[in-house]
Amino acid sequence: MAVIKDLKTKEITINMGPQHPATHGVLRLMLELDGETVVKCTPYIGYLHRGTEKLGENKTYATALPLTDRLDYVSSMSNNIGFCVAVEKLLSIKVPERAQYIRTIMAELTRIANHIVWIATHALDIGAMTVFLYSMRDREWILDLYEMTCGARLTVSYPRIGGVRCDVTREFMESCYQFTEEFPEKILQYETLIDKNRIWLQRTVGIGIISPEDAINWGLTGPTLRGSGVPYDVRKFAPYDAYDKVDFEVPIGKNCDVYDRYRCRMDEFRQSVKIIRQCLEKMPEGLVLAPEAPGYDMPAVPPKKPAAPPPKTAEGEAPPPPPPPPPPEETGPVFNELYVATEVPKGELGFYFISDGTGKPYRMRLRAPSFVHAGVLPKLCEGSLVADVIANIGTIDIVLGECDR
Amino acid sequence: MTPQEIAQLINEKFPSEVIDIKEFRDQVSVTVKKEKIIELIKYLHDTPELYFDHLADLCGADYHGKKDIRFEVVYNLFSIKHGHMIRIKAQVSEDDCKIDSVVSIWAGANWHERECYDMYGISFTGHPDLRRILMPEDWEGYPLRKDYPLKSDLGEKEWKGYKQVVEVSEKNKAYEVR
Repeated sequence: MAVIKDLKTKEITINMGPQHPATHGVLRLMLELDGETVVKCTPYIGYLHRGTEKLGENKTYATALPLTDRLDYVSSMSNNIGFCVAVEKLLSIKVPERAQYIRTIMAELTRIANHIVWIATHALDIGAMTVFLYSMRDREWILDLYEMTCGARLTVSYPRIGGVRCDVTREFMESCYQFTEEFPEKILQYETLIDKNRIWLQRTVGIGIISPEDAINWGLTGPTLRGSGVPYDVRKFAPYDAYDKVDFEVPIGKNCDVYDRYRCRMDEFRQSVKIIRQCLEKMPEGLVLAPEAPGYDMPAVPPKKPAAPPPKTAEGEAPPPPPPPPPPEETGPVFNELYVATEVPKGELGFYFISDGTGKPYRMRLRAPSFVHAGVLPKLCEGSLVADVIANIGTIDIVLGECDR
Repeated sequence: MTPQEIAQLINEKFPSEVIDIKEFRDQVSVTVKKEKIIELIKYLHDTPELYFDHLADLCGADYHGKKDIRFEVVYNLFSIKHGHMIRIKAQVSEDDCKIDSVVSIWAGANWHERECYDMYGISFTGHPDLRRILMPEDWEGYPLRKDYPLKSDLGEKEWKGYKQVVEVSEKNKAYEVR
């Protein structure tokens, strides 16, 4: 009979993903395990890389808009709005007030829809099946609201550079108001299921701890950062659309673990409902698209300045010989650049444009929150148990479409 | 602090490094030489009244044929404590296509720098794990460079992973439902 000390032990490497139900897409992790403990975790991404930045450089600003839908496909409206806000700042277009309020409502509806998908899949990963069924039922209402406005349910492309595509109907406003009446009760239903559930608490409290300093240093944003107690929210720091006209709070956590990040998102549900209600009440009448908004065929080359008219001379006098034309300028186009961030449900979505004065961006850079958050996985997972890897993937709220771009 | 004041501070502290300061829509970008980039970034990160703790974004840019020095590495910095921002752009020439890594200052720069290497071929000295991140590991070329085609027929020179996919799809054509 073998004695325990004679048994050979060694670290094993296992491959998790890219096709795995709990990796929220095509994320692949190489895990080196010592028993149940993760010694090393290496994420591999890029399975969904479609070259959005390269494509964006070859399209006009207006036709690049639908590319942003396909980044984070569970909150496509927010991505559209982020893109539009950035381009509007670049072209200095002023958005009509009604459109600002409509976009704020849409962004917050999207935040609720995104957090619903998040709580559904996160709870499902950890083992709470029922939450998934309840939350998917409620997401349907939001998708119906999208459909009522623009006809699409998932990849909407509803906002436009300079406003939104069409006005919202009376029917939408009533349904949306009804939603804000009923949704707070539904949040209570989710919380009844898991908030004090012993298994949920054991799987989330004290797991995936990241200190506030580390969280900032790793570039985390959104609820993932706020769970560590840092009140950084782009909606408060650099307000866009109607966020400076509504009253809301930024929920923060204090224990820096998976449970506090869950609490943050649950509180954001309530804040979003509050914002939507205020927008519905304050929304003025008026235009929904700025008159100076560019069309699809934005000019591909910068408009040329008209030639100066020849100077008038007194009659009878011979006109002076025209001066020799100045030598053609050797300098290239003037490059202007702009970085504009917006708060999407997952964190800070930044667009960095380099413009050369034409209708196409010279460089379109996407700062995707999922990309940054996926990078922190080794930090969260190393030293924890294999089972907690699932909780950690859930808590950072990634979508691989946005991560790989 | 306004971005103009921050740019002024950088100019006073590193007069030999700053090449250009440009303002556009209330955002200021400071173009610098790459040699002392670590020192400059450390100064921005550690000085209490600046305290740029949040690296919002790090990316590359290619000015092929438009500027003398081809590449730029762009750092978009934000201070959560003070709420101000600045943009630092370090020039990287094509012949000497490398720059010091800032992973020691922001851990989050790790993947941004890997992406920049993947897309532009700019290598980061001192990076702990400089590999391709989005493209396959045996990919040739750097896709976001301006002389890299958006679409082209490479024929035999095509990446072998793509050739395999085409082969399999040719083989499976016999089973297509018509």
